[in-house]
Amino acid sequence: MDSTPLPARTLAQKIIAHAAGLPSARVGEIVNCRVDLAMFHDSSGPRRLKPMLEELGATIWDKDKVVLVMDHYVPEADDDARRIVRIARDWAREQQLPHVHDSIGICHVVLPEQGHLKPGMFCVGGDSHSPTGGAFGSYMFGVGSTEMLGVVVTGELWVRVPQTLRMDWSGRLAEGVTAKDMMLHIIGSLGMNGGRYEAVEFTGSAVRALSMAERMTLCNMTAEMGAQTGLVAPDDTTREWLLAQGTRLSADDLAHWNDWHSDEDAPCERTDFDAAALAPQVAAPHSPANTRPVGDYDDVPVDVAYIGACTGAKLEDLAAAAQVLRGHRVAGGVSLIVAPASLKDQAEAERLGHMQVLRDAGAQVLPTGCGACAGYGGSIPDDSNVMSTTARNFRGRMGSASARVYLASPFTVAASALRGRITDPRECLA
Amino acid sequence: MNETTPIAPADTHRVWKLGSDIDTDALAPGAYMKLGIDAIAAHCLEAIRPDFAAGVRPGDVVVAGSGFGIGSSREQAPAALVRLGVAAVIAPSYSGLFFRNAFNVGLILLTCERADEIAEGDRIALDADAGTVTTAAGERLACAPIPGFLLAMARAGGLLNTLKLKLADRPKHEPTTPGSTP
Repeated sequence: MDSTPLPARTLAQKIIAHAAGLPSARVGEIVNCRVDLAMFHDSSGPRRLKPMLEELGATIWDKDKVVLVMDHYVPEADDDARRIVRIARDWAREQQLPHVHDSIGICHVVLPEQGHLKPGMFCVGGDSHSPTGGAFGSYMFGVGSTEMLGVVVTGELWVRVPQTLRMDWSGRLAEGVTAKDMMLHIIGSLGMNGGRYEAVEFTGSAVRALSMAERMTLCNMTAEMGAQTGLVAPDDTTREWLLAQGTRLSADDLAHWNDWHSDEDAPCERTDFDAAALAPQVAAPHSPANTRPVGDYDDVPVDVAYIGACTGAKLEDLAAAAQVLRGHRVAGGVSLIVAPASLKDQAEAERLGHMQVLRDAGAQVLPTGCGACAGYGGSIPDDSNVMSTTARNFRGRMGSASARVYLASPFTVAASALRGRITDPRECLA
Repeated sequence: MNETTPIAPADTHRVWKLGSDIDTDALAPGAYMKLGIDAIAAHCLEAIRPDFAAGVRPGDVVVAGSGFGIGSSREQAPAALVRLGVAAVIAPSYSGLFFRNAFNVGLILLTCERADEIAEGDRIALDADAGTVTTAAGERLACAPIPGFLLAMARAGGLLNTLKLKLADRPKHEPTTPGSTP
């Protein structure tokens, strides 16, 4: 036996080497990986894959490894949406896909909720926010539809082994400050392409203290810094959450739980942040990198407060908004819109009373789904100032080219709805 | 050949110059995503360059600042440029997701640090194999090397055509003999 120890490796290198069937994976090397799971939705999936598969005369490599989620065009608002969703439903039936989740939530939230993810997996999604899966220690990233076709036919995908950009957060976040604020701050510091398509790994005591929902928000928004993926090494919090969702974890999974982390001395590019010093952040139009602390915004009026999306309307996000709005109504002239990230989160928020608090505050509750976040919803009026819990505020992104969209946490969006102008939520939580 | 040999106009490409951080919502606006690629292409870049979709001609190239193609995974962003006949994009850096999508749909991207030295309306020459761009003044700018398999895929028209060729090579409905390679 060769007793030479393996060089220190990052979590990203370990997962990629495992998926490629190699003892190690050098940074910069291009390797071919076996894909453990391929997720796509009604917009990126069947309507594009079906004709290409037919053109090739090819079949799906392993239906058990494919997950289809209907979330972008549901509920169907017009004939085009009805056509797209019908293609997805018909194809799912025709192909007898075993894992189809229709209108129960946004794909990135539904995937772990339904027990599809666990540490060490190599996964792709037909959506740019697919790095959300990194919260569970899965190496997951977004690909386009043609690349997804390649995966669906061959079960394989090439990847350039990334460097790891380590974002270390020491200390603890203050009350009213969240993962969304951490990400807006990072994107504001490093820029929209600061991730350079490398792997981001979040470490430090503030990250360890985060719930799974918050870790999902961290990893989700690595898309906004141009990283290939974001990762949080699995720990007890991960295991307990997955088991609570009914994820099947084998004895082997549990035995190797602690292998899925970066070795202490693995080479990485490290940036340090102090969580305790972080104020709530707001990204001004029209870029998530256009971020400043909330206190820098002087009397910016708010017309629409949108609490929605995979990065802003999970159970804890709804709870945060309710904490601010309990017993109050939003300011006159403010339209508060809530679109829960999944039916499961919505039902739990209903049970805990958060939904009633939001309705009492004047919220209009939209069906779960991507909705206005992807500009498919049509609920954002022209020329309005929008405070939004979503991940992206490019011009026109939410459907109106003249709307000015500000991004912030659910706490900050709720506080701003309450006062009718951009507001530090810590003033409302005291 | 010296560094400033003039190039034949027929081998050159007209430049459309854009800024930095051109996002996928600008290339493929969300409002048209439910329609086909022709409709999306007709609105390509209209929010920042309203004359682009109507004015661009086959063989033209896009030269942009850093971070070209940031945003979503929608491959309609590079596909719209292909549909409009754009021969290549030249920029100092790209979104990684856009980079993969571009080659997958048959669009060549040249990563050129000095792309800002190229001006709107210039006619430039490209050599993707050598990794060079030759400016209107005849200066040769170096580009990052492109892995051979990606260049071959883009030239074949993208991943779909490449898969077609691969599957055509594979014998159909023949029993596999033990020990044979797949």
